[in-house]
Amino acid sequence: MSTMLTVDDLRVSFPTRTGLIEAVRGVSFTLGRERLGIVGESGSGKSQTGRAIMGLTPAHAKVSASKLNFDGIDLLTAPAKVRRSLRGSRIAMILQDPKYSLNPVMSIGRQIVETLRTHENVGKREARDRAIAMLEAVQIRDAGRVYDLHPHEVSGGMGQRAMIAMMLIAGPELLVADEPTSALDVTVQLEVLGILDKLVSERGMGLIFISHDLRLVSSFCDRVIVMYAGKIVEELAASDLGNAKHPYTQGLLNCMPTLGTNRHPLPVLDRQPEWAL
Amino acid sequence: MTVIVSAENLTVSYDDFLALDTVSIDVEPGESFGLVGESGSGKSTLLRAIAGLSPVTSGRIALDGKPLDVRYRDKAFYRQVQMVFQDPYGSLHPRQTVDRLLQEPLAIHGVADSERRILRALDEVGLGASFRFRYSHQLSGGQRQRIAIARALIIEPQIMLLDEPTSALDASVQAEVLNLLEQVRRDRKLTYIMVSHDLGVVTHMCERLAVMKNGKVVERLSSADLVAGRLSEDYTKNLMVASKGFVRANAV
Repeated sequence: MSTMLTVDDLRVSFPTRTGLIEAVRGVSFTLGRERLGIVGESGSGKSQTGRAIMGLTPAHAKVSASKLNFDGIDLLTAPAKVRRSLRGSRIAMILQDPKYSLNPVMSIGRQIVETLRTHENVGKREARDRAIAMLEAVQIRDAGRVYDLHPHEVSGGMGQRAMIAMMLIAGPELLVADEPTSALDVTVQLEVLGILDKLVSERGMGLIFISHDLRLVSSFCDRVIVMYAGKIVEELAASDLGNAKHPYTQGLLNCMPTLGTNRHPLPVLDRQPEWAL
Repeated sequence: MTVIVSAENLTVSYDDFLALDTVSIDVEPGESFGLVGESGSGKSTLLRAIAGLSPVTSGRIALDGKPLDVRYRDKAFYRQVQMVFQDPYGSLHPRQTVDRLLQEPLAIHGVADSERRILRALDEVGLGASFRFRYSHQLSGGQRQRIAIARALIIEPQIMLLDEPTSALDASVQAEVLNLLEQVRRDRKLTYIMVSHDLGVVTHMCERLAVMKNGKVVERLSSADLVAGRLSEDYTKNLMVASKGFVRANAV
């Protein structure tokens, strides 16, 4: 399997009044055309890792790495113009909540067409046809009607599907999905994941799936990276989850209440200071 | 059977849309009652109707056997019934310190010895006095939800209405907040009515539950029945499947 993305010793830090906050502290991994899950609780640096790859880190933050390479392009030294052309066309990102990540004053269809026409030279009519075809691909019934709706007129699940359509229309090779289903209902979650699953395997994309739900990630991905306090504490194959060694990984696995288990109180994470070292 | 909260043929409509369609539930004192369903099923509307936050079109609500005015609730009602909302980022005033947030219900209900109560409430939710003069933006999501719980508990209600209290939280923090809720319920012998779309959470917390769909209760069952799979509705079965997690279609 060829390597598409190489991340070596990635660091992201934010200067604040009270000193430097290190959000990501030396994360390294490689990614081919496979599905990689990044799991951790809030503040573990998982989203900042995804954002650094996308080039969406806030301007005042410092990003450094000994290597951050996408298909032969050094992302750290690439000029802004190159990164802009990558973003959306070859690397795309699905954000958490469609309520906030879609443009509220633009119809869903126009937003999808905007992405497409930014990266490809296509006519208006063709762009519209492709956007509608894409909406159908994410299993939106009556795609022609949804094309003209605004984000507030659709449900959360439909909004997230539109978001997926928008991100996939330019045919990216790498998709970063940052908590793509956390804002959705359990039943809708499954539908959206099913669609994502199908499209990712059909198109042979690389996927980075960021979530705090370890079980969900492991059912969706081939490989899982577990992050704590900006560092990778454990990396393991999704099928190998039962053999997780790090107490943090085990804690994440056990803390969810599930049907048929009767545990009162639920086991909670007993955070050890040495995990963060 | 003694009943502490009862809703009878409750209907909430927004113009032509029936958010809640002749729903009846009875909750016994000291029990934890769950409401599950997908978004738009009316589970939050029912909870808000009980709290007096939804415009009830028809039906009756009774507390301790005494019928309530569906449009107006007096202070005595809120002394008994308190609510915790879903999103701790939205339910705490951003420009008030924790101390000020916790003073508010005490001031409204004219409760004396606020000093002791605030310290006790903070202690009870596992935060301690050092959090007293912080602002909510200085707290994590789990800590904020603890403050929201402290604010509800501080006037010692008997009934807590919980609207998805952990769905905005991380899995690991969710476990901590659920444990806290269980513990205060045991210590204070509270009655809970809890809304969630996660069957795992509801069966963990509640003894009985009602499954809602399109503004109606489609099934009532005990958690033990649910776990054993004694279900009659396909809709509930779908929720069961969903709660077991994602299964890859073409797993290799």
